[in-house]
Amino acid sequence: MNWFKYAAPSSFYFLAGKMIPIFAVLAAVSFAVGLYVGFFVAPTDHQQGEAYRIIFIHVPAAWLSMFLYLIMAFWAGIGWAFNTRLSSMMATAIAPTGAMFTFLALWSGALWGKPMWGAWWVWDARLTSELILLFLYIGFMSLQAAIDDPRRADKAGALLALVGAINVPIIYFSVKWWNTLHQGASVSLTKAPAMAATMLNGMLIMSLACWMYAIAVILMRVRAIILERERHTAWVGEIKK
Amino acid sequence: MLNWVIQRDLMLAMRRRSDVLTTLFFFVIVVSLFPLAVGPELNMLRQMAPGVVWVAALLASMLSLGRLFASDYQDGTLEQMLLTPYSLSLTVLAKALAHWLVSGLPLVLIAPLLGLQYDMSAEALGVLVVSLLLGTPVLSLVGAIGAALTLGLRGGGVLISLLVLPLYIPVLIFGAGAVEASAAGLGAAAHLSLLGACLLASLALAPWAAAAALRISME
Amino acid sequence: MNWNSAAEFFAMGGYGFYVWGSYLVALVCIVGEIALVKNRQRTSFKQLGLTRHPDGDV
Repeated sequence: MNWFKYAAPSSFYFLAGKMIPIFAVLAAVSFAVGLYVGFFVAPTDHQQGEAYRIIFIHVPAAWLSMFLYLIMAFWAGIGWAFNTRLSSMMATAIAPTGAMFTFLALWSGALWGKPMWGAWWVWDARLTSELILLFLYIGFMSLQAAIDDPRRADKAGALLALVGAINVPIIYFSVKWWNTLHQGASVSLTKAPAMAATMLNGMLIMSLACWMYAIAVILMRVRAIILERERHTAWVGEIKK
Repeated sequence: MLNWVIQRDLMLAMRRRSDVLTTLFFFVIVVSLFPLAVGPELNMLRQMAPGVVWVAALLASMLSLGRLFASDYQDGTLEQMLLTPYSLSLTVLAKALAHWLVSGLPLVLIAPLLGLQYDMSAEALGVLVVSLLLGTPVLSLVGAIGAALTLGLRGGGVLISLLVLPLYIPVLIFGAGAVEASAAGLGAAAHLSLLGACLLASLALAPWAAAAALRISME
Repeated sequence: MNWNSAAEFFAMGGYGFYVWGSYLVALVCIVGEIALVKNRQRTSFKQLGLTRHPDGDV
């Protein structure tokens, strides 16, 4: 089967339309199962009590925020290298969802930190890197919003996303080092010594749920972007009829 | 070609000396503002000093980034630079170096005076100067990428800051950290070598990325 | 079952504010994002002059 035909916005638009309901249903089911496991099956934690249950949204959100950035940079890079419009549209579609998960990771991290460590914000290396990741997403979205010409916006965004992707390990390393030198006690919000199997399962199912949700929303957004950018083409004209 | 570009940029900067001086004065004013805000207690100021000086250097550097390509873009010189057979990366490197000579080096030279405002020891001042010497060129080089991406866009200075500040963070951490490490008795060698590594990496990679960005912006 | 009563469930061992604060904001973000995307699509439809949904649309 020739998969490359879906590189055309016109055919991908309809393929995405068929896929969205599938992912939406998968997301709903996984969320239901994941939350059930997280709240009703996983036991209370000895050290952290019930507060640890935030982990079931915090960790999946953090994972997604990082992976979505890499995927966004990947598609942006493909769009720049091969001059494929749809790849760049995909990158633009991913950014807001990635930023949302980053915010969620930060928010839930703060709400976890307050009861555990007494402060809304501790300069934990990972949370600080998440904050910088949020800035990278916002930078990407602002740059694309500021450029009127769509192809220039695509390519400029690609360069920025790739430079950001290369810098993320450097930033993480420097922040980790900064954090360990400054902090007296070693504070790690994600240190979970022996995680019960049910806790791990709950986290994995919730991650799956977030992925299904993310794919569904990103496909919806890319369809909206396709319509916006391809409005002058013949195939969109066909839809009007 | 490299020399020619540097000389030209320096000459143009000298003609608009006020631009250069405003960056310097901004640096001085920002550094002087902090004690007014946090109080004159010397122990606290001494601790804050490396961080404050470094953040001010970052902000001052960023303010002047818009100037890197803007005037050449407006009068068409940049287009000519893209069309010559000479390597665009080298041209960008030259411009970034000229930018550093005009916006970064003055900061390095005036930093000791400002450090005295914060009652920093001579040794700390020494490390501060070395860290700025290694770090400010990185700010110019990486900043060139941001300046190239935002060529001709509205929202100008603020947009560059948004793009470039996350990338500056490692430099900030290593730069300010070097002074704090030496004050704590741990020695600044590790931080300074990492700064040196950042400098070498940006010398090699940033001009290439900025040149690519210029081509994207100028199509 | 971890919870003896609904009250216990909502209290979350005293951490109710933090746990529900996280999940409620997550819900708001998710619902908000979906709403924003659908709105964006609706605007496009209006601008294109579409009166009915194209096939397979959400």
